[in-house]
Amino acid sequence: MSYKIYVPCDTTAVSIGADKVATAISQQAQAQGLAIELVRNGSRGLFWLEPMVEVETAQGRVAYGPVRMSDVASLFEAQFLEAGDHPLKLGLTEEIPFLKQQERLTFARVGVIDPLSVSDYAAHGGWAGLRNALTLTQADIVSAVTVSGLRGRGGAAFPAGIKWQTVLTAQGEQKYIVCNADEGDSGTFSDRMLMEGDPFCLIEGMIIAGVAVGATQGYIYLRSEYPRAFTTLKTAIANAKAAGFLGANILNSGKAFELEVRLGAGAYICGEETSLLESLEGKRGQVRAKPPLPAIQGLFGKPTVVNNVITLASVPVILAKGAAFYANYGMGRSRGTLAFQLAGNIKHGGLVEKAFGLSLQALLNDFGGGSRSGKPIRTVQVGGPLGAYVPAEQFHLPLDYEAFAKEEFMIGHGGVVAFDDSVNMAQMAQFAMEFCVEESCGKCTPCRIGSVRGVEVIERIRQGENRAANVELLKDLCDTMINGSLCAMGGMTPFPVLSALKYFPTDFGLNAAPKV
Amino acid sequence: MNTTLEALIQAHRDQAGALLPILHAIQNQLGYVPAEATPLIAKSLNLSRAEVHGVISFYHHFRTTPPGKHTLQICRAESCQSMGSRDLEAHAKAALGIDYHQTTTDGAISLEPVYCLGNCACSPAVRVGDEVQGRMDAAHLDALIAELRQGGVA
Ligand SMILES: Cc1cc2nc3c(=O)[nH]c(=O)nc-3n(C[C@H](O)[C@H](O)[C@H](O)COP(=O)(O)O)c2cc1C
Ligand code: SF4
Ligand code: FES
Ligand code: FES
Repeated sequence: MSYKIYVPCDTTAVSIGADKVATAISQQAQAQGLAIELVRNGSRGLFWLEPMVEVETAQGRVAYGPVRMSDVASLFEAQFLEAGDHPLKLGLTEEIPFLKQQERLTFARVGVIDPLSVSDYAAHGGWAGLRNALTLTQADIVSAVTVSGLRGRGGAAFPAGIKWQTVLTAQGEQKYIVCNADEGDSGTFSDRMLMEGDPFCLIEGMIIAGVAVGATQGYIYLRSEYPRAFTTLKTAIANAKAAGFLGANILNSGKAFELEVRLGAGAYICGEETSLLESLEGKRGQVRAKPPLPAIQGLFGKPTVVNNVITLASVPVILAKGAAFYANYGMGRSRGTLAFQLAGNIKHGGLVEKAFGLSLQALLNDFGGGSRSGKPIRTVQVGGPLGAYVPAEQFHLPLDYEAFAKEEFMIGHGGVVAFDDSVNMAQMAQFAMEFCVEESCGKCTPCRIGSVRGVEVIERIRQGENRAANVELLKDLCDTMINGSLCAMGGMTPFPVLSALKYFPTDFGLNAAPKV
Repeated sequence: MNTTLEALIQAHRDQAGALLPILHAIQNQLGYVPAEATPLIAKSLNLSRAEVHGVISFYHHFRTTPPGKHTLQICRAESCQSMGSRDLEAHAKAALGIDYHQTTTDGAISLEPVYCLGNCACSPAVRVGDEVQGRMDAAHLDALIAELRQGGVA
């Protein structure tokens, strides 16, 4: 009998030793003459327990972690292949509270299956959405996405079904599906985890999108910082094609869809959809003025759906289980689930897929376990580098797009970066401006020049130079950037800055928050 | 050199939006995009040299000078800052005796900033070649640098 063992191949798991653990397990098994089948799965997203090794038993999968190379010998001594006791034993994986309390719809298979096995994917509910979609009219597929309430997970939260409808009705011999896999926000890694752990889910979502709007070519625009995801996606596309899910005649339906991965080149702005399209066309990633919308004139001037990885990867479950099933989760106009990412100074860093509506407090404490340093969490930045810093007194807020927007906060792509009380918020405000200087596409003055001025003014405030006057100047500058920038890079960089000023005035040497 | 460049351009020129794939192929093979590449690419894609140059200079990833034997990227973004990356980058610069965008005098290591490696649940993070390392601290970084100097790792 052969034992089945899982050791993740996810970037973060590998960044703290998963490859070494996998090798050690193979060698030890061979030395002892034990037959094992070692699967390199994605990560379950419990990163403080990575490298997390799982063994398959009659009762279900049993986890051990965090496993270091030096633990492997003792795991074998403890007969971990038979789920033997060991200080690192975590019990049944599915019963670990951090995982058990989640609602994994989009991430149902991540960490569970072999990411590159078409049949493992199928055995875990994969391709059911596509098979259903192929029996529906284009309008009915689009309508299912609309009724599900799915909104774009890349940041702007635009209803996906409405975008698809626009592309469906747009005239054009060639239409495109473009997946935005640029995931540039600090504190986010859900796209990466999904692409590394369940690439067929994204591929299936893109095929469904193609069938729905009549697009025959798809591109995944992947950031160059994700070399593992790149390799995984290329192999997965080849495997899907060999199995008949991509190509000129998908599952003998008469529908065609081809898919290609393209690498970005280290420009944050290329996550902005029009900049991304310019980049895909082989140009500088400069933002285009809208209109025209990409849905009407997108890639190479043709009607194009641009959606985030998680948006597209949420489509298969909607088509498999129905729009109502998905819409049943969530609150208000935020339907379904979001894959929140706990990052930064947090004890239990990882991925939490939950219906909208849980509070930041619950996310940070019940799931996150507080800060990693053990000091109080002073603030969290939610929604990436353009998102505001939320102070502890606002942690009661429910994670809901509208509830956040009301306070000038942003949920964005769902990244939550925790900072303990050693953080200097004036320094973080300055960094927000520095990042904008570094990453501005240069097309408009408020962003390109405004951010340079912003850095200077914050420096002066920090040095105590004409503090009151410079704070006024900073607020004016933020106003100009918010109102005069062409895209959200310049238009939202002020949000982290102003939130720092509003909630943490003492870090700027002020006694009280300046009036806004 | 020119035959290598020609072959790489030839291999990708017929793709839609071929310029980035070509530049990636060149940098993958040579470690940088040499000046000789610009006129060859321009000719092949029917672009002006200024257009090609404009694209190369727009993207942080593309470099026009040869890198050291290894490139060490340190993540500067917020999540890694919350876990001490500012100290880590100061330590790296001091240990290597160079600033960002520079290469050590022995040609072993080039130091580059990066903004998020998607490794934020185990910050701070660094990258060497295609390998990301998480929960980095000064002691581990010293060990990593020593290993790179001896020619090990990626
Ligand atoms: C500066 C900037 C960076 C962005 N980066 C990303 C990104 O990395 N990934 C992403 O999906 N969307 C990003 N967006 C949002 C995209 O412009 C666009 O809204 C999104 O791709 C649409 O897909 P969705 O509706 O599925 O979210 C960014 C926007 C801006 C202004
Ligand atoms: S706001 Fe900044 S990034 Fe956006 S278009 Fe203007 S210059 Fe470019
Ligand atoms: S670059 Fe926009 S006004 Fe000059
Ligand atoms: S911020 Fe450093 S890895 Fe994401």
